Amino acid sequence: MDILSYTAVGLAKAIREGKTTATEAMQAVLDKIEEVEESIHAYVTIDKEKAIKKAEEVQKKIESGELTGALAGVPIAIKDNLCTEDMLTTCSSKMLENFVPTFSAEAIRNLEKAGAVIIGKTNMDEFAMGSTTETSYFGVTRNPWNTEHVPGGSSGGSAAAVAASECFFALGSDTGGSIRQPAAYCGVVGMKPTYGTVSRYGLVAYGSSLDQIGPLTKDVTDCATVMEVLASHDEKDSTSIKREDTDFTSALVADVKGMRIGIPSDYFREGLNPEIKDAVLATAKVLEEKGAIVEEFNLSLVEYAIPTYYTIASAEASSNLERFDGIKYGYRTPEYEGLHNMYKKTRSEGFGEEVKRRIMLGAFVLSAGYYDAYYLKALRVKSMICKAFDKAFEKYDIILGPVAPTTAPKLGASLADPMKMYLADIYTISVNLAGLPGISVPCGMDSKGLPIGVQMIANSFEEKKLFRAAYTYEKTKRMSKSVKCAE
Amino acid sequence: MHKQYETVIGLEVHVELATKTKIFCGCSTEFGGAPNTHTCPVCTGMPGSLPVLNRKVVEYAIAVGLATNCNITQYCKFDRKNYFYPDNPQNYQISQLYLPICRNGHVDIETESGKKSVRIHEIHMEEDAGKMIHDEWEDCSLVDYNRSGVPLIEIVSEPDMRSAEEVIAYLEKLRMLIQYLGASDCKLNEGSMRADVNLSVREVGAKEYGTRTEMKNLNSFRSITHAIKAERERQIELLEAGQTVVQETRRWDENREESYTMRSKEDAQDYRYFPDPDLVPIYISDEWIEEIRKSQPEFREAKMVRYKEEFDIPEYDIGIITDSKHMADLFEETTAICKQPKKVSNWLMGETLRLLKEKSMDAEDIVFSPEHLAKLIGLVDAKAITGTVAKEVFEIMFEKDIDPESYVEEKGLKTVNDEGTLRKTIEEVIVDNPKSVEDYHNGKEKAIGFLVGQTMKAMKGQADVGLVNQILKELL
Amino acid sequence: MINDEIMDYIGILAKLELSAEEKESTKKDMERMLAYFDKLNELDTTGIEPVSHITKVQNVFREDMVTKGDEHEKTLQNAPREKDNMFMVPKIFG
Repeated sequence: MDILSYTAVGLAKAIREGKTTATEAMQAVLDKIEEVEESIHAYVTIDKEKAIKKAEEVQKKIESGELTGALAGVPIAIKDNLCTEDMLTTCSSKMLENFVPTFSAEAIRNLEKAGAVIIGKTNMDEFAMGSTTETSYFGVTRNPWNTEHVPGGSSGGSAAAVAASECFFALGSDTGGSIRQPAAYCGVVGMKPTYGTVSRYGLVAYGSSLDQIGPLTKDVTDCATVMEVLASHDEKDSTSIKREDTDFTSALVADVKGMRIGIPSDYFREGLNPEIKDAVLATAKVLEEKGAIVEEFNLSLVEYAIPTYYTIASAEASSNLERFDGIKYGYRTPEYEGLHNMYKKTRSEGFGEEVKRRIMLGAFVLSAGYYDAYYLKALRVKSMICKAFDKAFEKYDIILGPVAPTTAPKLGASLADPMKMYLADIYTISVNLAGLPGISVPCGMDSKGLPIGVQMIANSFEEKKLFRAAYTYEKTKRMSKSVKCAE
Repeated sequence: MHKQYETVIGLEVHVELATKTKIFCGCSTEFGGAPNTHTCPVCTGMPGSLPVLNRKVVEYAIAVGLATNCNITQYCKFDRKNYFYPDNPQNYQISQLYLPICRNGHVDIETESGKKSVRIHEIHMEEDAGKMIHDEWEDCSLVDYNRSGVPLIEIVSEPDMRSAEEVIAYLEKLRMLIQYLGASDCKLNEGSMRADVNLSVREVGAKEYGTRTEMKNLNSFRSITHAIKAERERQIELLEAGQTVVQETRRWDENREESYTMRSKEDAQDYRYFPDPDLVPIYISDEWIEEIRKSQPEFREAKMVRYKEEFDIPEYDIGIITDSKHMADLFEETTAICKQPKKVSNWLMGETLRLLKEKSMDAEDIVFSPEHLAKLIGLVDAKAITGTVAKEVFEIMFEKDIDPESYVEEKGLKTVNDEGTLRKTIEEVIVDNPKSVEDYHNGKEKAIGFLVGQTMKAMKGQADVGLVNQILKELL
Repeated sequence: MINDEIMDYIGILAKLELSAEEKESTKKDMERMLAYFDKLNELDTTGIEPVSHITKVQNVFREDMVTKGDEHEKTLQNAPREKDNMFMVPKIFG
């Protein structure tokens, strides 16, 4: 069997059984990268030597019985806004082009403890601001299914790397859909867990109240397995939650009998591509045939989620990105006169257009005279949106709908009109506002041969319901699991 | 000046809390230390770092709130105050605006013009900034983040003070309360207590407040007094000249005894406060408040009443001793060992105060231990050393807390009460001072004092005075 | 709605200096976004508490114990300019 066609769990098993080794797997991935990276550009940083060396170490530990976990020996990719000790962490920005963190994110430490081996860091929209990975300072990433198209974003590099077999799974971050949307565009599985499930320590913050780290994987089993490793209570993150129910793989059961599934009719109105609508409804049908009770309902407030989200996210971003000032790390403008000129030149030269736009917007909505009208208003509407979900979850176990209104757009088509780009986040952002878990699972192809994703949303702490439904669907539908790269 | 003006003053007092670690990370708060040696990703604003609140900070803040009669805000949060400055590594300071931990308190002060209550608007918790040093050689500034993240509380008063005298009384009261709580050492000169003065003037009888300015960089009671006087005069001059006072922050220059504006085009003073999403809300239960209330120390007023009942020492002494928690502790602990309150009080009121004044130190700076003071009193009581020697030993003890017993032993300072040695010395003194001997015999009783003095001098102070007197009379 | 004065003011707050061209396009985008944000005014939010924190978690504390040692080398590792183990910045007056 071709090493690259293994899932992460399958690979680890093969390594444990001696069918292959961590080193062989790493070498296979590096060869694949060598082959396709020029056309895909999923990575910002790759450290081949270190990756091989680390894989050798892990292999020894597997052989000695020191490492026995379900991910031991698996080569992985990390979104470049997650700090990696002694490895560049750029957030795909000129601002952090040369930044080498002195510590690793807690999520990465958990994966490394489990024996996963880091290949490198993946491309993203600058500071995770964008939905196409086109705002990266290091150039665009291309969709492995069709390199004329974007991979989505902001975790576009991670999604493309998984889809193109340039890694066995990847970590992303999701502030408004940044894992689920690229997962859908690239035909892989992506999850944003309940807020507080994965420690944010070491994640370079964009919108702190919305950010969560999560996996992009080849299938649902990998997703649940990685989530089991990622979920931990971290004393370094005050918003981290102590959970007892993180044995997610126990929910990998192909059975949805009696599961109540709500289809929000307000997710299927104008703007949604009919092919996506059909594919998503077909997914519901499959689950219904397996015994789920499917019902349409009105979620309400859907169109208010975008202004609410962009107010809150840009406000938090404007503050979170203040620390990039040319003093402690990162870029500093070569010439300046005095302190304030140094600040302004450094930040104006170090940040890209989209980042600057959101910082300006965020500073504005927090500024004197506008705070109540914009920021506080948004926090009030957020409260209403949370209540709408609470109400829905009184009736339904999961909510099922599209991830995005279209499949992956062509390169260059989105950035021209940022407003339009923001509107495309309509189905994913309310999940972040309410802190809920959401999963994106491949559910078909459009007529252009681009993947379509279905999104399932559960109440806080009910990831297991998502895994159960997604796993049931995956087992039934038997999608072409090993996605092929359009070479 | 034809009009009569009244000065209206409110204070913002920052107090560094006496925690071992910083407010949001496990770095030491210890003073000094080479640059940036007490730093970590959190207190230097590294990307990806997150704050976690030090419980002790909340407890100190509640304790100060209770001691100043505040209401405790049982559901409180932290907010971010956004402004760019190099000493502030994240370019936002984590502070409290919307739900400060304590509100609506007051403290009572006493000045020559009588008693008065100063209302406290709020107390909030926040983090301190780093330190900036100017580097002449490179013509640049250098930043050290050792102080960054040291916990502070800011105590904001209402504009209830009308003179520098009231301001000082208010600050002294706060300082005493907080020192009693052990929440801070409150040293103005070291920056562990800092006061910003909000001042405006208005015509006597006016109902509305005038426009206020905020004065920063006041490092002593002296500069506070000077700055209040200067700012009052500056504002009156402006008003008299038909100009208006601009609401602004000013910086006091103690050397030039004048202030200057800190306004600049680049400082908009629009801090864009919003709740910090990285920190979760704090809920302070009734039980928690009660627990802290119960562990509050005995404050000065209660101590004074108890001392009066328990110890036979003058009221004046009680006032001075209880003025400082450290002094009161010393008094009580020493007395508990030697059971002689009067003598302990004498040492504190006499030699201790004299040396503190001489070395311009605070009572909080006293280093000698109650055990050693008790031993010294014991040595005098046992006539093992003379009063003169005791004072010499005390001075050394004051400086470096030596053990008086071993010191006296080592240096051979014990009183001589061997009759043979004394008799021999006295015989020599008599021979050397025939005039005094003659005066004595002529009925001048006082002459004996001179002879005693000469004997003590010859004995380097280490003789038992009673015995010297006795032998002298006998020989004469 | 947003004039140049506001743009300059926000530039001071956010420490950004946009080129004339950038300023113009950002202004336009911001105006569109803000007009869109005004959609929220369609909703009556009277009596609804603003939610700043979605988690129910409260009272997360550290105990007051020193857990960090001397890390000044790490602290300064990424500094663009440093001197004597301190961060070097343009001269600050006063």
